[in-house]
Amino acid sequence: MSWGYLSGILILTGINLMTVLGLSLLTGFTGLFSFGHAGFMAIGAYTAAMFTLKLNILPESMSQVQFILALIAGGLVSMLISLIIGKLTLNLKGDYFCIATLGFGEAIRLILDNVQYFGGARGLSSIPTQGTTTLTNVVIINIIAVAVLVLIIRSRHGRNMVAIREEELAAQTIGIDVFKYKLISFAISAFYAGVAGGLMAHYFGYIQPIMFKMVKSTEMTIIVIFGGLGSVSGSVIGTILLTFLPEILRSFSNWRLVLYGAAVIIIMITRPQGLMGGKEFSIKGIMKFFKKARPKEEVES
Amino acid sequence: MLSVNNLNVFYGGIHALKGVNIDVQEGQIVSIIGSNGAGKSTLINAISGIVKYKDGEIIYKNEKLPKQAHKIVKAGICQVPEGRVIFANLTVMENLNMGAFLRTDKDGIEKDLERIFRLFPILKEREKQIAGTLSGGEQQMLAMGRGLMSNPNLILLDEPSLGLAPLLINTIFDIIIEIKNMGKTILLVEQNAFKALSIADKAYVLEQGVVAMEGLASDLIKDERIQEAYLGKKKSESM
Repeated sequence: MSWGYLSGILILTGINLMTVLGLSLLTGFTGLFSFGHAGFMAIGAYTAAMFTLKLNILPESMSQVQFILALIAGGLVSMLISLIIGKLTLNLKGDYFCIATLGFGEAIRLILDNVQYFGGARGLSSIPTQGTTTLTNVVIINIIAVAVLVLIIRSRHGRNMVAIREEELAAQTIGIDVFKYKLISFAISAFYAGVAGGLMAHYFGYIQPIMFKMVKSTEMTIIVIFGGLGSVSGSVIGTILLTFLPEILRSFSNWRLVLYGAAVIIIMITRPQGLMGGKEFSIKGIMKFFKKARPKEEVES
Repeated sequence: MLSVNNLNVFYGGIHALKGVNIDVQEGQIVSIIGSNGAGKSTLINAISGIVKYKDGEIIYKNEKLPKQAHKIVKAGICQVPEGRVIFANLTVMENLNMGAFLRTDKDGIEKDLERIFRLFPILKEREKQIAGTLSGGEQQMLAMGRGLMSNPNLILLDEPSLGLAPLLINTIFDIIIEIKNMGKTILLVEQNAFKALSIADKAYVLEQGVVAMEGLASDLIKDERIQEAYLGKKKSESM
């Protein structure tokens, strides 16, 4: 396995992780399922790409700044649209919201497919990839993303979201503005997806609507569930495993997606709560685990 | 204290409440009785902002009540929803603290907590237990305790006796009287008409979204039609 290949997969992992982190907040901590986040990735990707291609006003030496601005622009436009969509759909309960997001994701793809300004089905190409979505950049962005997410979750706002997930009616009767917190969660997850889209555009150098099909949305939600709802570390581990798995299985050629599916199903049957199952991976937790394990060893010896 | 004027609620095409008028005086227990689907819970949900109403108005302390649930809690109205809606994964103590979500007065919270533990000694015993593992009655008490933690002036109780053993129902109703004696106003929705009427000051009978009867609870409990429809006394019994 060459370094180029490995770093390529790591970058893809990082891109997926951005979307998954956002979804983790929405699905894992607020209890809303979305099957349309590929739509937000698409919005972010197209916005970032257009920003780089059409608004390249900064001098060559500041291409890094230009890149970061493009990513933020992608995230913000995604967020703005999520606020509009959220305002309209977040009053829907459970499955209905899910279906609405599914429709939204497909609608975005079809719009991009048909608007010639965005290149139609051919998409946008010749997006600069030099010095943009590099492994270093992806790692830095992801570390910031995880840190911000953990801060949100530990804050009063994050706890309000968990209360909504646990028991929406009770959250409402104790005075939590349920709609507001759902909207905030939705918007933050859209921002993350938008940034992920921007990273993706600058990694591949081209984007096409077909990259943002429903399968992409589903894949992201599967990763969140696979990693464990309500666990940031679960989402990280889940993303790494499920992004690497298809690559490891590449030697099985045509059978690789079947094996991928089988692996996911086996995990879900044996661990329905997901890999981490609402718990976080921490040094304290590891210490506890070993402390618990030790007395057993003593008994055995 | 609270007056509901000409309230209309629709669920899609179904007209659930048809111009309901209700008046609750401070310090009273007001009961709303009626059969299944009469609109009792809808009325309470409309007051607490969980269900949107189409027209009519709700006046609370001489002011129009806001329509968003969280603002209504802030205004001093707290609902204890039907079916013991608690945070099942949190401990009893955490659930009670959640009730004080909007409050910042630490001393007041501390005092209210003591009062709640005096009211429900069982909750003190189970302080550290995960709420989902409590029995049905204990969960109902926890839900009521959590409601009280927001220090409301008006408490909306939705079917507190639902699915509880008869003995426990007596305890719950005794507690409701005690809550009234703490100076709270209570709007009670109940299937158990006899119990609801025996502790109430005033009562309303809802039938298919309309107030069919209203009056002093002590009068209604003697009313023949009520006895027949809700208290299970047949005409033939008196013969």
